[in-house]
Amino acid sequence: MELLVFAGLALVAAVAGLLVIVQRHAVYSALFLIITMGSLAGIYILLDAHFVWVIQVIVYAGAIMVLFLFVIMLLDIRSEPAPWAPPDRGRILIAVLLSVVLLAELGVAVARRFVLAPAGGPAVASSFGRTQTVGRLLFTDFLFPFEITSIILLVAMVGAMVLAKKRLH
Amino acid sequence: MLETLIVMLVKIGVVFGALLLTVAYMTWIERKVIADIQVRLGPTRVGPYGLLQPIADGLKLMFKEDLIPSQVDRAIFLLAPSLSIIPAFIAFAVIPFGDSTTLFGLLSRPVPLHITDIDVGVLFVFGAASLGVYGIVLAGWSSNNKYSLLGGLRSSAQLISYELPMGLSVVGVLLLVGSLSLVDIVKAQAGVAWWFGILPVPNWFLFSQPLGFCIYFCCALAETNRAPFDLPEAETELVAGFHTEYSSMKFAMFFMAEYANMITVAALATTLFLGGWLGPIAPSPVWFLGKVFLLLFLFIWFRATLPRFRYDQLMNFGWKRLLPLALLNTAITAIVAVRG
Repeated sequence: MELLVFAGLALVAAVAGLLVIVQRHAVYSALFLIITMGSLAGIYILLDAHFVWVIQVIVYAGAIMVLFLFVIMLLDIRSEPAPWAPPDRGRILIAVLLSVVLLAELGVAVARRFVLAPAGGPAVASSFGRTQTVGRLLFTDFLFPFEITSIILLVAMVGAMVLAKKRLH
Repeated sequence: MLETLIVMLVKIGVVFGALLLTVAYMTWIERKVIADIQVRLGPTRVGPYGLLQPIADGLKLMFKEDLIPSQVDRAIFLLAPSLSIIPAFIAFAVIPFGDSTTLFGLLSRPVPLHITDIDVGVLFVFGAASLGVYGIVLAGWSSNNKYSLLGGLRSSAQLISYELPMGLSVVGVLLLVGSLSLVDIVKAQAGVAWWFGILPVPNWFLFSQPLGFCIYFCCALAETNRAPFDLPEAETELVAGFHTEYSSMKFAMFFMAEYANMITVAALATTLFLGGWLGPIAPSPVWFLGKVFLLLFLFIWFRATLPRFRYDQLMNFGWKRLLPLALLNTAITAIVAVRG
């Protein structure tokens, strides 16, 4: 049962992810990206990671994608879909390189799981992804990376504001 | 197993039915209350005191011609009303509307009066609310109408801006309870608190978190696009905003979503700040409903009293007033919670 649900969610996520890049229309791409995020959230429920699930919905589906849509609509890209141009060589090279790296990474992960340790990787604790667990980890073991991340985000925000201000005056 | 399933289905049915009925009759209450405030009579023709008016309105909307303008983005235009109404109703799945009950001894085991109690209840409601934006934004965009697009954009900007102080205003309560489950939050408000050692007040978070409640209420008005924050549908400048091009039941769905959202934020405020179902003598659901309707009355009162904000006033109020105040409230509560 669990496997079936997982397979369904994974399929939806993969297909929607594919549709994101196939769409000519930016708004449709954004919508399919939301569906991908939603199925990922569903996978978190399967893991019993309630906190991660709800944060995934609020932050990615609820906030970031709304901003994406907001920008797309503000720029009003609807009238002319991007004209198709034959991709140049450099871009193809980069794409192939990245795909190879990604595939290799995937292969390693699958090999680790099924060939090197067929009994299954490290057991997932039952409290994985619950509010208390995430909170405790964030404020003990991962306190330093957590604070560094927030500082980086703050710097990025200030940078964006400075750039926008310069254009205004 | 079978009994649990039946009880579950009955609960879902009751909550859904009650919600639909409240949505329908909120329109009647709103018209009557505003009529009273403006010294008019309001609906009087259909049924005694116009009580059948919502049903007549519903039937009328159902039989209206369903227009779809020719240049709209069809798929999204049809999808948007559902995207707006589903999150509005889903949020109610975690709201506890009463204490456990055996229904006067009818049931063998006491049944808790909420559909489900998950350990991230508060966040679930916020998550559903944040998804409700899509209906409005996409309706505005797909209508292929400048007024609709502006309405949709305004709405998304407003919702993103007010989600932050709204989330922060609740953090104070969460710090005091130490749980995100709505049932735990209600249970933490049982008993009596003493103000200055002499004045007995209910141990509701309204009294220990007054600032948090005020911020939450302002944000709730903004999040539900209610006056004085109803800029997304400002008639004088945007015709009707994001739903200008909608007619018949599709229009009705936006309307129902707005009222369902109102009920949800009122129910969440009741749960977080007004002690939820807690209260003496009367059965717990009665207390819950009473508090929710009191808040809904406040919503209508605000609408009848306050003029609409200007757009820059709206943004300034959210980012420069409510957000710092909510941060201050969080900081003070955290200090008190740690030291006390």
